[in-house]
Amino acid sequence: MSSSHHERKPVISVKNLVKSFGGRRILNGVTLDILEGETFVIMGGSGCGKSTFLRHLIGSLRPDSGEVWMFGEDIAKADEDRMHEIRKKFGMLFQSGGLFDSMSVGDNIALPLREHTKLDDSIIRIMVRMKLELVGLSGFEDLMPSQLSGGMKKRVGLARAIALDPKIVFYDEPTAGLDPVMTGVVDKLTIDLTKQLGITSVVVTHDMNSVFRIADRIVMLHKGEVLQIGTPEEIRHAKDPIIQQFINGDPEGPISFLQRGEGYLDKLTA
Amino acid sequence: MITALDSIGRLTHGFLRQAGDMLAMFCQCLFWIVVGPFKRKPVPVKNFFAQTVFSGWDSLLIVIFVDFFIGMVLAMQSAYQLEQLGATIYVAALVGVSMTREIGPVLTALVIAGRVGAAITAELATMKVTEQVEALQTIGLNPVRYLVAPRLLALALMLPVLTVIGDLMGMVGGYVIGVTNLGLGSGLYIDTTIEFLTNKDILTGLLKSFVFALIIAMISCQQGLGTEGGAEGVGRSTTRSVVTSFIMIIVADAILTALFYFAG
Repeated sequence: MSSSHHERKPVISVKNLVKSFGGRRILNGVTLDILEGETFVIMGGSGCGKSTFLRHLIGSLRPDSGEVWMFGEDIAKADEDRMHEIRKKFGMLFQSGGLFDSMSVGDNIALPLREHTKLDDSIIRIMVRMKLELVGLSGFEDLMPSQLSGGMKKRVGLARAIALDPKIVFYDEPTAGLDPVMTGVVDKLTIDLTKQLGITSVVVTHDMNSVFRIADRIVMLHKGEVLQIGTPEEIRHAKDPIIQQFINGDPEGPISFLQRGEGYLDKLTA
Repeated sequence: MITALDSIGRLTHGFLRQAGDMLAMFCQCLFWIVVGPFKRKPVPVKNFFAQTVFSGWDSLLIVIFVDFFIGMVLAMQSAYQLEQLGATIYVAALVGVSMTREIGPVLTALVIAGRVGAAITAELATMKVTEQVEALQTIGLNPVRYLVAPRLLALALMLPVLTVIGDLMGMVGGYVIGVTNLGLGSGLYIDTTIEFLTNKDILTGLLKSFVFALIIAMISCQQGLGTEGGAEGVGRSTTRSVVTSFIMIIVADAILTALFYFAG
């Protein structure tokens, strides 16, 4: 895989992205490229800024400074009308599925088609069935989201994300809260969609099993900065102690959660 | 002293900011209602009808119930006073005028703020905390156009309609007491009501209820979409939405009544 990376063009180019909330700097100058047709994984601990970063890529947050180039346009500066056009070219799978619970599964998937195309309803129905088939849920179009399990909701969310045949699909923690088999199913779907449909996948996750199963390249974010970008092999053998601690799930190390020593007692009794 | 001033300042600041946000959302709604159809992005008709049924038709029974009994109570309370003056017949006039000018619009608005406003906030708040609002945006659907505008339109249309029905039911309640308990003739009661009611009474009442509808819609939508923090946040927003709506309805009622009174 890695030899072909140099020939591919970047579909997303982020330059020096900075964002603060209430005086706290969440993203501190992130610069990276995401290449066409790859599965790009963004990983990092809780609070490292990976969700905030993803929300800049889909245009729901605006940076304090920096650029987000997508399809040859800086979406950090695009107005609402332009953003509306750009949004047709990517899909997003939300952590909890983000399904509209007042609508049936079929209507959820049909909504982007009804909004952005002038297709006849009979054709939209066929397309909805096709998308459901792709995620292995044929015949579920008349169920309501409340009748589905967590894994099914995510797969319906994925079917809706690819309804408009997007060039890029963003995944926000696609395997969080799923059992190991369902995690495998969602991972396989991610891989299949990327390879078969030529979609670029951008996945935010901290599930290490998934990361090494699906990733072509990985970025490790830490405290709002890029620690390292590399292939799964490069990340696995990274020298950086923070990365090693993260992929091994070691409670002891440079990422500190536990308070020890004299200072600890002083803090408690202060 | 300083802390008291500080908290007053904070409250005022918070209030002004929220009022500003609400005004901005209201302007966006107007934009989508007026300009939307020309950009081939109209307010979705299906959502509008669903909201009309929910806020109008489904509220009909409780509005009839509340206004009917308030009309009866009003007749009994005023008869208690007017009997001493030997002017029982003016019960009809009093019930008719106070229902249309004041009690009908305000009471109906309070009922709708509790029933419909709370439901709107809870629904939008749940959509917000379960990422549904963000999902709408990602699909390219503007939440103000898709969620807020249909609710605003439905309430602005249905609250005046419900108020007219409520006014009538209040007068029917007064009529029932007048004819059965106070010994007033049926024809006399109706004639007196009509004689004392002017178009202005009815119109000012309807204008009030239209303003109340805008208040309920904007407060409940803004509180809903501004929700943060899971189930607890949904509860907090819903409470705040109903309380704020109640207060703003009463404040707006006082201002409008003063305007109509002093402007003649």
